[in-house]
Amino acid sequence: MSTSPQSTTETTVERKGLSPRRRAQRSRWIQYAILVVVVLVAVFTADWGQIGSVFFKPEFIKSAFEAGLLTALVKTLEYTAGAFVIGLVGGTILALMKLSPVGPYRWLATAYIEFFRGLPAIVVFIAFSLLPLAFEGMTIPWDPYGVVWLALGIVASAYMAEVIRAGIQAVPKGQVEAARSLGMPAGLAMRKIVLPQAFRIVLPPLTNDLILLVKDSSLVFIIGVAANGYELTGFGRDLANTDANLTPLVVAGFCYLVITLPLGLLVRRLEAKTARTR
Amino acid sequence: MALVEIKNLHKSFGSNHVLRGIDFTVEQREVVCVIGPSGSGKSTLLRCVNLLEKPQQGQVIVRGEDLTDPDCHLDAARQQIGMVFQQFNLFPHLSALGNCTVAQRTVLKRSQEEANRIARANLERVGLSDKIDAYPAQLSGGQQQRVAIARALSMDPALMLFDEPTSALDPELVGDVLTVMRKLALDGMTMLVVTHEMAFAREVADRVVFMDGGVIVEQGPPAELIGDPKEERTRTFLRRVLDPTHVEPTS
Repeated sequence: MSTSPQSTTETTVERKGLSPRRRAQRSRWIQYAILVVVVLVAVFTADWGQIGSVFFKPEFIKSAFEAGLLTALVKTLEYTAGAFVIGLVGGTILALMKLSPVGPYRWLATAYIEFFRGLPAIVVFIAFSLLPLAFEGMTIPWDPYGVVWLALGIVASAYMAEVIRAGIQAVPKGQVEAARSLGMPAGLAMRKIVLPQAFRIVLPPLTNDLILLVKDSSLVFIIGVAANGYELTGFGRDLANTDANLTPLVVAGFCYLVITLPLGLLVRRLEAKTARTR
Repeated sequence: MALVEIKNLHKSFGSNHVLRGIDFTVEQREVVCVIGPSGSGKSTLLRCVNLLEKPQQGQVIVRGEDLTDPDCHLDAARQQIGMVFQQFNLFPHLSALGNCTVAQRTVLKRSQEEANRIARANLERVGLSDKIDAYPAQLSGGQQQRVAIARALSMDPALMLFDEPTSALDPELVGDVLTVMRKLALDGMTMLVVTHEMAFAREVADRVVFMDGGVIVEQGPPAELIGDPKEERTRTFLRRVLDPTHVEPTS
């Protein structure tokens, strides 16, 4: 309404250079061009026949199945499952110790967790492979399962303890108060009210730990199990040596994906579900 | 003998002295409402009655048992004190029935059949017999709070504590919960209620306690305390609560 002389709607602002939209467009074209060049170079320079016969040779794929690929797959699952159970039970005990009002329990749990979380899993496996030499005549029952489950479980429990502790602490304080007000002693409230909710909360991260465990089970070859105890990596490596070809290892590698991809899918589903119920 | 007897109760959180010497009693079958501005210590007082908060000084005696005695069997004593929380605190992993049976089974060692029977009776009492198998997430706030009341009642308590039971509810759901509480009072339950619902206090309470600054300022029958308060602090508070739009802000 006021017709002040300052109104500058007539002038257009002049800016230099490309607009952000055009700049983004140009940058995307450059990215596509680089990709096309790299693919073309790969296609024309690689010796595809050689690659195919080294990594994906059909007769070796077939012979891998005949040599007991599925047995190795089952071994991997068995090693992982047992270690997961030990890790879960041990991790829960450690988490409870870490939250204990008794100081020494807290210190012990913290020391254990920090030690085994910081240590490469392979070091633990080497230690276990040397145990029979260090302590003469020492045996761990259920050979080879016992030693594998123990070695993997020791490391897994350290990881899972932290996850479970976080889960326990994520349960609202009001839950414990409600349980205690009904006359439940602390231990009972933990068992019946807190832990069931805590495990629900940590289901996605625990499944992630399970995926890590599947892969860590490949370290079993360090311990030196007999050929009939080979899991996927040991099996693939052995057969790749015999065949002087990488195909068995590639096949074994795909078997890991057969296990881990569905687990990864499960994690995403669980996460979506927790996000919905919150 | 009074059902609850509180003597010279002091409670601090750090340097914050929340309760500064509380003395009061609740008789058998009495309904006592505690009112007062926020931060006056009324919720803390309630939480001291079942020792969810541990007082630094003073005694809490329920049915002749001193709960502040370090050797008191606190878990056993708490079974007879039902508590209803502002945020309901239902167990989300259990159904309505499960919420009402878990403590019966594990604490009172009742059989599954008996626990179920008592839980059903109490869920019916709060008007939720059709929600027995529902999980807390499937219930409205008012329904959740009524399940929480049924959960506490399933332990056959001698006393019920209510900590602002309607403060977290949508206004249209408040009535359902208050109706259940009114019925409970008529049935002769001893109740200690921290509330902002003046109409409820006026109608249901046998006695109203006004707290401010960690002390009991004044108490008496609702008609007297709400209708004709003696203390200036009580009058100021009630003016603000009963007619909030006609009060000038103090600061």
